[in-house]
Amino acid sequence: MIILFLRLFWTFFLIGLFGFGGGYAMISMIQGEVVSHYHWLTTGEFTDIVAISQSTPGPIGINSATYVGYSSVVNAGYSHAWGVLGSFIASFAVVLPSFVLMLLISKFLMKYRHHPSVEHVFQGLRPAVVGLLAAAALLLINRENFGSLHDCPWQFWISVGIFCFAFVSQRVYHINPIRIIIMCGVAGFLLL
Amino acid sequence: MFELFRTFFHIGLFTIGGGYAMIPLIEDKVVSEKQWISKEELMDLIAVAQSCPGIFAVNISIFIGYKLRKTKGAFFSALGTVMPSFLIILLIALVFQQFRENWVVERIFRGIRPAVVALIAAPVFRMAKSAKLSKYNFWIPVVAAIAIWLLGVSPIYVILLAGIGGYAYGQFFKEEEETEI
Repeated sequence: MIILFLRLFWTFFLIGLFGFGGGYAMISMIQGEVVSHYHWLTTGEFTDIVAISQSTPGPIGINSATYVGYSSVVNAGYSHAWGVLGSFIASFAVVLPSFVLMLLISKFLMKYRHHPSVEHVFQGLRPAVVGLLAAAALLLINRENFGSLHDCPWQFWISVGIFCFAFVSQRVYHINPIRIIIMCGVAGFLLL
Repeated sequence: MFELFRTFFHIGLFTIGGGYAMIPLIEDKVVSEKQWISKEELMDLIAVAQSCPGIFAVNISIFIGYKLRKTKGAFFSALGTVMPSFLIILLIALVFQQFRENWVVERIFRGIRPAVVALIAAPVFRMAKSAKLSKYNFWIPVVAAIAIWLLGVSPIYVILLAGIGGYAYGQFFKEEEETEI
C-alpha cells in the first residue's frame, strides 16, 4: 500500500511540475499516467471524473487530482478512509511544485519573461500542449465512452450525436460547459 | 492571514469550470474590494502564472499571498483556494461510489461521457490558434498527439522534450539568424 501512495505522490508531483497549458492539458497528463500507465482507473471512470470535476466548484486540476487520488486507492481494494488519504496525497502533491516554484522563481520569471531563451522554451511548449489535448480527446474516443457499433448501434449513434451536439455548442455557440453536461445527462437518461 | 484564507476560500468556492473563470472574481475581490494589489499588478501576475506549470488559480493565489505576507501568506491563500475543491469532491466521491451502479446514474453518465470527450476536443482548435501554429511548427502537435495516442508515450516526456527542443532550437538556430541580420 505504501508503494501505491508513493507512486500517487510522485505521479501527481510530476503532473504539477510539468503541467503547462492549463486544466485540460493536466487532464491529458493525468490520463497518461493514471489510466494508460498505471491502470488505476478505467477510461470510463476517468471520463466520469472529468465530468464531475468540470461541473463542481474549483479548478479542474485540483478537483480531478482529489477525485483520482480517492478512486485509485479505493479501486485497489482499500477502505474509504485510505481513499481520503489518497485524495489528500494527490492534491497536496499536485500543488507542491507550484508552491516551491512560485516562491523561487516569481521574481526571476517576472524579470526574464521576455528573455529569448524563455520564449524559445515556450515556442516548443505551446504547440506541444495542442498535441497533448488532441491526444487526450482521441484516447477517450473508445468503446467505454461511446458504446460499440457492433453490439449496440443505438447507443453508439446516440453517443456520436451527443458528441457532435456538445462539440458544436461549445465551439460555435460557446455554451457554458456545465449546461452542456446537464443537457447531455438528460439526453442520456431519456435515450440510453 | 485568516483574511487571505477566507478570501481565497470564497474565490475557490464560487468558480466553476476552472482557472480562467476565476480571473473576474479575483479582480473583483482582491483589486476592487480589498485593494491588496493594483489592476496592472494583477495583469502581470496573470501573465506569469500562465507561463508557470501547475494549476493556474493556485499559482495566482500563491503570488498574491506571497506579496502580502511572504511564505505564510502564500501557504494560507493556496490552502484557501484548494480547500473548497477538496472538500466538495471528497463528499461527492464518497457518495457517488454508492450510486455508481444505480441505473438512473448509469444512464445519465452514458450521455455525459461523449459530451466530456467533445469538451476536451473543442479547445484543441482554439489553442492551436493561440499557439500560432504555422506550416513550420504544425508537425509538433501532430507528432506529440501520435506519440501519446498510438505509441503510448507519457505526456510528461512530451512536454519535457518540447521545452528542451524549443530551447535547443533557439540556441542553435535563432542566434545565427540574429547575427546574420
